[in-house]
Amino acid sequence: MSNIRKCKVLVVGAGPGGYVAAIRSAQLGMDTVIVEGQRAGGTCLIRGCIPSKAMIHAAHRLHNICDHMDEGGHMGISVTAPPVLNMQGLVEWKEKIVTKLNKGVEHLIKANGAELITGWATFVDAKTVSVKTADGEMRIEAEHVIMALGSVPTELPFMPFENNVISSKGALELQNVPEHLVVVGGGYIGLELGITYKLLGSEVTILEAMDSVVPIFDKEVRRPVELYLKKNKVKVHTGVFAKGVEDIKGGKTKVFFTPKDADKDEPPQEIIADKVLVTVGRRPNVKRCGIEATGVSLDEMGFVKVDERCATNMRNVWAIGDVSNMGPMLAHDASFQGELVAEIIAGKKRIYDPVAVPAIVFTEPEIVSVGLSPDEAKEAGHPIITGKFPLGANGRALTQEAEKTAGFIRVVAREDTHQILGIQCVGTHVSELSGEFTLALEMGAVLEDIAGTIHAHPTMSEIFHEGVLATLGHAIHTTN
Amino acid sequence: MGIYAFKLPDIGEGVVEGEVVEWKVAVGDKLKEDDLILSVMTDKATVEIPSPVDGKVTMIKGGVGEIIAVGSVCIEFEVEGDGNASASSADSKAASTVVDDAPTPVAEPALDDTPAPDTSSNRAPGTKPMASPAVRRSALEAGVDLDQVVGSGPAGRITRADLAAWIANPVAPASSDDSATASSSGSSVSTPVSASSVAKVAKNGVTEIPVIGLRRKIAEQMVKSVTTIPHFSYFEEVDVTELESLRQHLNANRSADQPKLTYLPFIMQGLVKALADNPICNAIYDDEAGKVFRHEAVHLGIATQTDRGLYVPVVKHVEAMDVWTSAAEMMRVSDAAKKGTASIDDLSGSTFTITSLGRMGGLGATPIINKPEVGILGVHNAVETPVVIDGRIEVRRIMRLSSSWDHRVVDGWDGAMLVQSLKKYLEHPATIFM
Repeated sequence: MSNIRKCKVLVVGAGPGGYVAAIRSAQLGMDTVIVEGQRAGGTCLIRGCIPSKAMIHAAHRLHNICDHMDEGGHMGISVTAPPVLNMQGLVEWKEKIVTKLNKGVEHLIKANGAELITGWATFVDAKTVSVKTADGEMRIEAEHVIMALGSVPTELPFMPFENNVISSKGALELQNVPEHLVVVGGGYIGLELGITYKLLGSEVTILEAMDSVVPIFDKEVRRPVELYLKKNKVKVHTGVFAKGVEDIKGGKTKVFFTPKDADKDEPPQEIIADKVLVTVGRRPNVKRCGIEATGVSLDEMGFVKVDERCATNMRNVWAIGDVSNMGPMLAHDASFQGELVAEIIAGKKRIYDPVAVPAIVFTEPEIVSVGLSPDEAKEAGHPIITGKFPLGANGRALTQEAEKTAGFIRVVAREDTHQILGIQCVGTHVSELSGEFTLALEMGAVLEDIAGTIHAHPTMSEIFHEGVLATLGHAIHTTN
Repeated sequence: MGIYAFKLPDIGEGVVEGEVVEWKVAVGDKLKEDDLILSVMTDKATVEIPSPVDGKVTMIKGGVGEIIAVGSVCIEFEVEGDGNASASSADSKAASTVVDDAPTPVAEPALDDTPAPDTSSNRAPGTKPMASPAVRRSALEAGVDLDQVVGSGPAGRITRADLAAWIANPVAPASSDDSATASSSGSSVSTPVSASSVAKVAKNGVTEIPVIGLRRKIAEQMVKSVTTIPHFSYFEEVDVTELESLRQHLNANRSADQPKLTYLPFIMQGLVKALADNPICNAIYDDEAGKVFRHEAVHLGIATQTDRGLYVPVVKHVEAMDVWTSAAEMMRVSDAAKKGTASIDDLSGSTFTITSLGRMGGLGATPIINKPEVGILGVHNAVETPVVIDGRIEVRRIMRLSSSWDHRVVDGWDGAMLVQSLKKYLEHPATIFM
């Protein structure tokens, strides 16, 4: 092979883990190459976090305009003709945002001195990949390889992604609003997209195998979201298993499902859908890239096994983000690991030791969870105190109707030392508060630290202050 | 159900007791065989002891910082079947009694029935050390285990100042009753002064530092050595100008897999020759048995300063090595000592010890013999020095050597002969390799 590029650091995959690793690596003066099979930005930027947030924003805007169509209007504002949704126009607008960010990432990679190569990479061995680029095949040999391979939606074998059965990626590219969208899997991705399509005008049915939607959260935190689904007539079937699909005439699809405690011979129930969105999780993207040739160890779920430095079992081969078996499958965790590995390769001493990785669900209302829930804290043996404060008692929330979704903040702290262990918050617009929550945990804050910090009025951030005061038993703007 | 009494096992040759560093279990815990139960520090290394059986812990003896004799019961389990002891705590009063097949304990073990106290600060028990990301990173880079650092902040939070204070003066974790003193007295405030005299302040702070763990081991070993061995010291200067040029040449032409050479590997090889000329100096003196054992093998202890204190990892069979392997093996054992991964074997069995003051230099030192050895060599840095040769002043590279000897078995003549012999080899480095 004639075209061989040798480098110090090779990053495979330009998602939020990989591109950050490449930028940091280049900043540290290392000869860095990053290979990406598609557009730089990864699932997060191209077909995940960013496009879904754009769709959610648009859906809310449409829905909010409709609030003003009622007799007599709303807030003294009336809309007399119904708003018209042009789905192609919405997808184009979303694509513009994606393209802008994609170009931004590509520019940053280059501006920092890393080389971006576009093409599908296949491992020849742990330190060598062959890449099919537009100009032909090339080989890259590196001293260090960072696997930032990402993840892909899990496919159900009895309802593969084809025809009307779509993944989250497909749901962000629909050219028409489906009349009836059936969502299989009521986790955070299914709920975010399900609610979005409800607001855009679809009828939405959610099928969830567990006993509740977003089962990773406790009942108290789930409650406002469940209420919202009910109020907005999203049909939710919990404790049911999807059994399969059958395409029928008129371009529609029958979805079969049974309650999990049903008798074996009981015939399955069926609903007719225009689109079936399957969101039952994501799996590490280790197929089709020749990972077997590298000799890295995978765990039983297929994640690449790493230690606290993101090092695999192969010397100088690292894995970060969704494909590694460390940390949650979240973009910000991948970026953190990317920075960490680049610095380790440059000779710095680093380990992955966050106190907490914030998790946010962009449903309506939004859910933020950082650190331990009361149950988790008790299980870990902490003696705890908790405090709650409702959004309904926050002035800024009322001025932007954020209280309507019955949100609240809940603070979990140790009873003896007042160390803050966790913060859960649910409510409209609360995602932006996550930064302060995480900072509090990382800095090792005790309740008195937050109580002694002036929070600007009128902002929703005041609910953290009040939630902490409530935990101490003396909230100001609610009865204790 | 029966009771299984577990005796501190013989964890290494010549090890007769261990100091409890950490109990990893508490009374009531259910364990599986091979779960770790205890870390004990011996005079050689810290050893983790696994559980010998599946069972429930019913009794623990010896708090953190206390000494347990090898062969004495340190933990009891309730186990399925008969166990190996008749009744719980049957021998708690006689805990210092040692079973017949165990080596004789030297120190009276101070045992106690209470479980180990929490060694941390005002941090809540069972919680991880709390510190901001920046402080955690600084600690990692400085090789500091934050578990050991006492935090002065609320809930035991470790501040930047706490970490800086620890790095400047590491204090072993205090037991629970005096942790407050250890954490706060260092910062105790002096008398108020007027603004104009800020620079000079009378200070009254006293920092209490418990001497436990490795520090206590070092203290005991030093006292034993100095009080039983009549030391005499002998100093010499060695002209290493030629050795330096050889060293430079070898380093410039070494292959990628060869380590960079300092003076020490040459001194190690020189010592192999010099000790062969003066076998009386490569010996172990068992003063209780009244016997000196001269060794043909040259096992060199390398005194190594670590974050945790002084360790002496050992390079075995230096006589069978060349200068490159001496360098590589010395690096390996001293790195292992620094990282705390050195095995008992890496830390025992020396027949002679080198203590290098390296770049710190100094005019001379009186090193203390690593008992039961009979001699120790201190190596100072090599500096360019004006020297009179044939009536002219020349600049030569001069290295000072300090040595100490056990005068009970090594006479002044013998010690001086060894150093002179070593000097000859080092000044004519070709002869090291002949």
